Amino acid sequence: MSLVFAGVMSHGPGMRARADRADPALRDPFFATLNRLRERLEESRPDALMVVAAEHFANFFMNNMPAYCIGMAEDYEGPIEEPEWLRIPRRTVPGNADLSRRIIGKVMERVDAAYAEEWKFDHGIMVPLSFLTPTFDLPVIPANINCQGPPLTPLNRAYEFGRAVREACDSVPERIALIGTGGISHWPATPNSGKINADWDREFLERWTRNDRAALTSYTDEETLRDAGQGGFEIRTLVAVAGACEGDTGEVWFCEPIPIFATSGYAAVMNLETEIASIAA
Amino acid sequence: MSLYSLQKLLYDLNRDARVQDEFLSEREDLLARYRLNEEEAAAVRACDVGMLYILGVNGQILMHFAAWRGLVWDEYIQAMKDALAEHGQVRGGIYGAVDGGEGGAV
Repeated sequence: MSLVFAGVMSHGPGMRARADRADPALRDPFFATLNRLRERLEESRPDALMVVAAEHFANFFMNNMPAYCIGMAEDYEGPIEEPEWLRIPRRTVPGNADLSRRIIGKVMERVDAAYAEEWKFDHGIMVPLSFLTPTFDLPVIPANINCQGPPLTPLNRAYEFGRAVREACDSVPERIALIGTGGISHWPATPNSGKINADWDREFLERWTRNDRAALTSYTDEETLRDAGQGGFEIRTLVAVAGACEGDTGEVWFCEPIPIFATSGYAAVMNLETEIASIAA
Repeated sequence: MSLYSLQKLLYDLNRDARVQDEFLSEREDLLARYRLNEEEAAAVRACDVGMLYILGVNGQILMHFAAWRGLVWDEYIQAMKDALAEHGQVRGGIYGAVDGGEGGAV
């Protein structure tokens, strides 16, 4: 089969932990948009959801930091944070080790991805799942791009990782949905949490909807840190989804700064029309 | 190496209940296993989230640690703001404050 859904969304822990403190005029339409995203996902009838996330030192540390890692476990536990703090109960989320193994094997033909048979989900995956699969019953294949411990993988490589993921999805009979999740501009977990560069976010998403590889990968890390904060490094997850959808374009469903969520609340989808087989290797 | 070790200790604390138990019952033994300088050891010993921020602990590690120690969100943000006012800018890592730590969503 092929990729049946591709989208991106924000994942700030405040979306659950501090939802009651958000301006309802922004929060309610944002959450309604996420509900629409869930409906689009369900309509695609996926057998599994691959989540390209920006892990936050829940599983990987600088003693052995993979640029890319894909989960290969039967199941996963999350959240690793205090459930009362995140306001998401701790639970077991199903995986699919066999499907993971086949996807990883295919990805490794193009990208040197690590794999992990143990993985604890942090807010970066649990928050999106709580909106997209609120019963947590859809098998998940987690993928992590190191966005925290420099040196970070170049943006061009993140795009290539996405292309490899797409080829892998096309190579298996299962129907795969793909969600990329990361903040755009933000200064998370610092005294500046809530600072958001809305113009930068809109410009980035405009490039994303055009799936303009050159524009998406033109940011230097120095520019991103200056203009979009340390959280801006997480654009790698969105760039990867664009790579998985090379040749397709997307649409932004919602993007507004919600400071108590630490980022713009956003949701966007790619309109999948292009078969990866037609894309030259 | 010191900031690395400091963050490694907090990383281990964040994800391993056995390390958390040791932190609560045999804190000095735990601290001795990591290559911390005196300032770092004192900050961990006191669960001084503000000082840990100044020492350069990555915010994603620190936020998680603060939640485990029971700090609510506003207390966590305020601890960092207070430490910035007392000690000045963050000394390492990539989670330094901008705009003097002003603003934010508290």
